[in-house]
Amino acid sequence: MSYLPNTAAERSKMLAAIGVSSIKDLFVHIPQAVQDAADFSGLTDSLDDLTLQRKLISLSSNAADLNSNACFLGAGIYDHYIPPVVGAVCNRSEFYTAYTPYQPEVSQGVLQSIYEFQSLITRLTGMDVANASMYDGATALAEAVIMSCDLTKRRSVVLPANLHPSLRSVVETYLEPLGISIRTAAQNAETGATEIDTLTEDDACIVLQQPNFHGVIEDLSAAVAAAKVVGAQTVVSVDPMSLGLLETPGSLGVDIVVGEGQGLGCFPAFGGPLLGLFACKKEYIRRIPGRIVGGSVDTSGRRAYTMTLRTREQDIRRDTATSNICTNQALFALAATVYLSVMGKQGFKDASTLCVQKSHYLAAKLAAAGVPQRFSGPFFKEFVITCPAPVVDINKALLEKKIIGGLPLPGAPNDMLVCVTEQRTKEELDSFVDVLASFVKGEVA
Amino acid sequence: MSNIPADLLYSKSHEWVRVDGDTVTIGITDHAQEELGDVVYASLPTVGRVLAAEDVFGTVESVKAVSDLYSPLAGEVVEVNSALEDDQTAINGDPYGAAWMLKLRLSDAGQLSSLMDADAYRAEIGE
Repeated sequence: MSYLPNTAAERSKMLAAIGVSSIKDLFVHIPQAVQDAADFSGLTDSLDDLTLQRKLISLSSNAADLNSNACFLGAGIYDHYIPPVVGAVCNRSEFYTAYTPYQPEVSQGVLQSIYEFQSLITRLTGMDVANASMYDGATALAEAVIMSCDLTKRRSVVLPANLHPSLRSVVETYLEPLGISIRTAAQNAETGATEIDTLTEDDACIVLQQPNFHGVIEDLSAAVAAAKVVGAQTVVSVDPMSLGLLETPGSLGVDIVVGEGQGLGCFPAFGGPLLGLFACKKEYIRRIPGRIVGGSVDTSGRRAYTMTLRTREQDIRRDTATSNICTNQALFALAATVYLSVMGKQGFKDASTLCVQKSHYLAAKLAAAGVPQRFSGPFFKEFVITCPAPVVDINKALLEKKIIGGLPLPGAPNDMLVCVTEQRTKEELDSFVDVLASFVKGEVA
Repeated sequence: MSNIPADLLYSKSHEWVRVDGDTVTIGITDHAQEELGDVVYASLPTVGRVLAAEDVFGTVESVKAVSDLYSPLAGEVVEVNSALEDDQTAINGDPYGAAWMLKLRLSDAGQLSSLMDADAYRAEIGE
């Protein structure tokens, strides 16, 4: 078979059909400055394997990777430790090469891994049921909000002002064609937490992110109580890592819990792929999106697993399906399953505790060095600092010390969202403080 | 042969209707439950909901399929057989008795004339 997927003639025909003159025209939406910075001159149309490999290794050595740099960047995707056994299991071809099982009952191993995943997620969140996973935390949240609207037969939802902008954007995209309106709950300027006092009887649900985009831990009990008064639901998007220490959303009365599961044993790869978590109360199970694996017995009475409650799904229900997702993020769900299994209850709690201790150590050191926190509310592993100089400048100085700085916050150029995972060492934390302190003292122009 | 009681009215979507003044009781027919197979779940509307004729008022899920339930008549839901949401076996076992689904206060009694009697329904399902 020819390695060339199509001929030059075929390519120009395709380009003409979509109305562009060259392949380069497909990338015009990328800002010119970024296009100019990308230098592909070393990569000509055809190279021998050895030359190509050397050129690519040389190019990738320019990137600041997480093995040789200390990462303080989070904001939704996290540099948590991944035990080697996660890769060893996930890279087995039985798992790695299979897509979603189309003849599921003969794939008992895959079904069992999904069943274990669901069990772990229900344990972690304190909810009754979990599905086999979603594409990512953002689509999981959008689906949860739509589910809540269907269950309550209401057409308005309340999102917090401090919801991750990417989550908000995806939720808006999902809700707009459905005609569901969005109101925004304000953020307390001092604590950074959400002000929960704006619910009405038209609202299907209030959404909270736990911890919120700025890292502050929200009062879920207050949200649940306020929602109950008006017959609304509470939907929470969690950082699962925080659940090693925080009380489970289930025990606080939350109706639907979703989250980004990447931190559970999945590598951060240019922002994807990701792993959506979805769990809820048992009474909503007929409305849950996505696949669910159930435990059963076969005709000989042996333990067996099966796709269950399939009649919610699009291939059976067509336009009245609960969602258009007919698959799951199987490989990353497996990674999370292996991760949680190998960490164990105590190990997971220990990793959570280290996140808290190390992030609080850094916040205290920074405050002592003259770099204050912007919010006073309790935090887990992320917090906002107000820097003495624009964050982009500070991040350049940090990178020189092999440190990947935090996220510059939109609209506040001196505010940085800092993330500290269990992987950061005391030396790395102290180096971070040293660079910031040099800006405070004005040693850096 | 399906059980098709002579004192009821029937819709093309296989619901039965028992008339009692301006209120009707609605369920699904013996033929419908036979076609569905074992019913494992039923979802019914809430009391107070106003239905137009041919509105979907709920769903029944069997081991084979999920089917929408259509209201043959317009009116307000005044009572729902919530026992069916926990135990659906009556839908297969006693479709005209314990498995009644909802009671509707009619908004247009004239619509009753659009329904079939037992003989017409028997012909409709080819028996």
